[in-house]
Amino acid sequence: MLKLKNINTYYGQVHALKTVSMHLNKGEIVTLIGANGAGKTTILNTISGITPPRDGEILFEGEGIVKLPPDRIVRRGVSQVPEGRQVFKPLSVEDNLELGAYLRYRSREGRGEIRKDLEKVYELFPRLLERRKQMAGTLSGGEQQMLAIGRALMAKPRLLLLDEPSMGLAPLVVQEIFRVLEMLRHEHGTTILLVEQNAKAALKLADRGYVLETGKVILEEVASELLENKEVQRAYLGRDKKEIWER
Amino acid sequence: MEFAQQLLQYLVSGFSTGAIYALIGLGFAIIYNATGIINFAQGEFVMLGGMLTLFFLNVARFGMIPSIILAILVATLCGVVFNRLAIKPLKKPSPLNLVIITIGGSILMRGLAMLIWDKDTHAVPAFSGSEPLDLAGATILPQHLWIFGITILAIAGNKFFFYYTISGRAMRACSYNSRAASLVGIAVERMVLFSFLLSSALGAVAGIIVAPLTMTSYDVGVMLGLKGFCAAIIGGMSSGIGTVLGGIILGILEALGAGLISSGYKDAIAFIILLLILFVRPQGLFRKAETERV
Repeated sequence: MLKLKNINTYYGQVHALKTVSMHLNKGEIVTLIGANGAGKTTILNTISGITPPRDGEILFEGEGIVKLPPDRIVRRGVSQVPEGRQVFKPLSVEDNLELGAYLRYRSREGRGEIRKDLEKVYELFPRLLERRKQMAGTLSGGEQQMLAIGRALMAKPRLLLLDEPSMGLAPLVVQEIFRVLEMLRHEHGTTILLVEQNAKAALKLADRGYVLETGKVILEEVASELLENKEVQRAYLGRDKKEIWER
Repeated sequence: MEFAQQLLQYLVSGFSTGAIYALIGLGFAIIYNATGIINFAQGEFVMLGGMLTLFFLNVARFGMIPSIILAILVATLCGVVFNRLAIKPLKKPSPLNLVIITIGGSILMRGLAMLIWDKDTHAVPAFSGSEPLDLAGATILPQHLWIFGITILAIAGNKFFFYYTISGRAMRACSYNSRAASLVGIAVERMVLFSFLLSSALGAVAGIIVAPLTMTSYDVGVMLGLKGFCAAIIGGMSSGIGTVLGGIILGILEALGAGLISSGYKDAIAFIILLLILFVRPQGLFRKAETERV
């Protein structure tokens, strides 16, 4: 479904992604793990067209999307839930959600269809229904995260990119959000690329994972294997070196 | 004339110039909110509105209504071209660069207007006669009524657009968070262009409806532009009611100052207010402290 081939991305002089190649199959949940600055967010932004690569190829459903601006990539069916939520704070919850369907309004899709999807988002996150008239900036962090995910879903993406959805949230809220991701895959067959600091939770949810270090993919493995991988356990799952290697 | 009547007269003229300032100020605010640019060329679209109407009336010999429509269209086109040629090619310009570019654009447009037309001041016929009406002892010109009516329509249309249409809300979304806007599929570039289109159209409308009262010339845009800027600052650069109130407050204070103190101080009053606001309440008179949780 998505294929990155030898992607090199730069921030000015900084070489942020070094010949990264990876792929996602349809219906898969894939997670990217790695330390801060390893290039996880950059991969998502490169796919979304915000920081286009200097060279390399990105194929989505067989077609190149490297040269497209961000709005055209959304139109192809790739939506991103950005790091730090990035909801439109002075707009109401419902306005935020409706703007998620902006392209569908532009393409003259029936209001009824969009309305139906809005109801579905409210079903997924009943908290948003309670607060639909409220300014998005007044929501709690968890609610803003739900809103950001709901907004992305309103575009009906076939590929959903999520950047640290659990950041700064209470464990219960994180559980709820992960439950929704699981459900999306099951009921809509949405393909998901998940970037997480919380590597353990992400690997439990995901089918496969890529491990990034300083802009390079250093490991690609089935998620359950990565959970068992001693080096991954030490570096990203918070196990003590002694616990693993010197027992 | 009794004092009460005099006061009423000042209020009437204050309201009508205030309405003009409000329209021009909205133009400033719309572009500022979409792009962070203060477009100092805004006044030139006001000038173009008046001068083009005159051109279509006198040279091309069209009727009043076609002339006005054509003038708005051509002025709007100038706004779009200005955006494409002067603003869009810049990659990551600094605010100072932008200020200089918009001032440069303003000087260029004014110079061209002077070459194409002339340096004289021209009268523009009123829309529907100039037989004054009597309002409790104060005189109102029919043109005043046109100004009130068109301004209210323009403001209502603006409000409707920004709050109830998906494109308007998308434009607001761009101003709050342009990256997130592009991630939901909004073409930010197009919205910026559209903000220039909207502002130049509003500016032209302001220039056209005020021209029969104040006459027009190649350089009316300088002062009117600055007054509109002042209105937008009072209103905290809001593209809604704040700027409208800012314009009206400014217009009334000017009229009162001119009438009660001396008409020589009319412009000084506007700029004293501008400086006071910038020193004391740079967020504008009406902007609430924003509530948000992180």
